[in-house]
Amino acid sequence: MSTAVADKKPAAAEVIPTFNVTLRIRRFDPEVDEEPRWEDFDLEVFATDRVLDALHKIKWEVDGSLTFRRSCAHGICGSDAMRINSRNRLACKTLIKDLDITKPITVEAIKGLPLEKDLIVDMEPFFDSFKEVNPFLMAGPVKGGKERKQSPVERARFDDTTKCILCAACTSSCPVFWTDGQYFGPAAIVNAHRFIFDSRDEGAGVRLDILNDKEGVWRCRTTFNCTDACPRGIQVTQAIAEVKQAIIKGHA
Amino acid sequence: MPEKSASNLVAEPKSPSKIRSPKRPAGTLYRGNEGMWSWVLHRITGVAIYFFLLVHILDTALVRVSPEAYNQVIETYKTPVMGLGEIALVAAIAFHAFNGLRIILIDFWAFGAKHQRAMFWVVIGLWLILLAGFIPRQLMHVFGG
Ligand code: HEM
Ligand code: SF4
Ligand code: FES
Repeated sequence: MSTAVADKKPAAAEVIPTFNVTLRIRRFDPEVDEEPRWEDFDLEVFATDRVLDALHKIKWEVDGSLTFRRSCAHGICGSDAMRINSRNRLACKTLIKDLDITKPITVEAIKGLPLEKDLIVDMEPFFDSFKEVNPFLMAGPVKGGKERKQSPVERARFDDTTKCILCAACTSSCPVFWTDGQYFGPAAIVNAHRFIFDSRDEGAGVRLDILNDKEGVWRCRTTFNCTDACPRGIQVTQAIAEVKQAIIKGHA
Repeated sequence: MPEKSASNLVAEPKSPSKIRSPKRPAGTLYRGNEGMWSWVLHRITGVAIYFFLLVHILDTALVRVSPEAYNQVIETYKTPVMGLGEIALVAAIAFHAFNGLRIILIDFWAFGAKHQRAMFWVVIGLWLILLAGFIPRQLMHVFGG
């Protein structure tokens, strides 16, 4: 028995391979720079490292002035959406080994929101649109003071859009949003969808009215950038299409 | 032996060193997929068709002003350059029409939103078939005399 154990030595004792990469980061310091500038950092990283680990390595060991947002580091707080190799992703969910490491990896702030510093943008316009769709349950008191019942089928109707972490990867991947900052954007519509199709909610009409606007769902040009960018795999464009159809029908 | 491996495991890779500043102030071009590029083409072809129609309505209206001038204009359309231009026009309209149907299916049919990528390649396929039928005939017409 003991020999069998000795034969099957755990693989964990092996060394995690490392490799060299270049991170090309778009820096901007509002107190010094007139224009953003690109800066290259050469580093040796583990095959298990994510882009967020590389950013930490730079901030902690090379240049402490590098500025970015992150909190959970596990894909749930929605703080670290950024443009990595020209696509919106969460730095904490992007393994470096999955990118093309033969070329420099570009890291930029998300597009369409005011750049504040390095990888940080002003998220207020994004959250303003979110607030405008009334992202909370709108319902009167229940008859008899009991709980609001919902069948599994009714719950499944809006399950996809409950997963949003408000990272803004979708909204800032949208070509319409880049040129028209007034557009509500995919994230606000996703969060409206979450309540419009909730059988317990009574505010669908109000939300459909809000989104039946020049800057509402009709701005959507179905480029699917939002669906491709969403780190939660939400079918964003489909949710927008469902809201468009609900507006045409006049109800959810 | 295991001790040695374990110490290798915790050993950090060398600290990063070099910092360089490549010149390229603007951000990179967003790398969208089929959906984004089909939209770019849809808009370019839509605007192009619009300008063609504008000119075409004006030249047709000319017949009411002066039939001779109208004939002169129509004569210039028979040159090879215009013949090739017609190929570009047919290509633009065909793409815009097929992709327009794809967008309608995406907006009104749940299947469409799920399979938009496949539908894009169907659009390209139909478009190529249509052009394969049209271009040889048009070239014979233009250069065959
Ligand atoms: C042949 C039949 C046609 C079909 C099936 C069609 C379909 C469509 C559809 C569905 C859209 C909406 C695109 C979206 O929501 O993103 C659209 C947009 C547009 N179409 Fe057409 N169309 C046709 C002909 C034309 C013609 C003849 C013109 C020019 C006069 C034209 C110019 C445009 C323009 C400028 C847009 C706006 C593009 C954009 O906003 O990105 N289309 N078309
Ligand atoms: S829908 Fe997806 S991409 Fe958009 S904010 Fe929510 S989690 Fe982020
Ligand atoms: S740091 Fe929380 S989502 Fe990436």
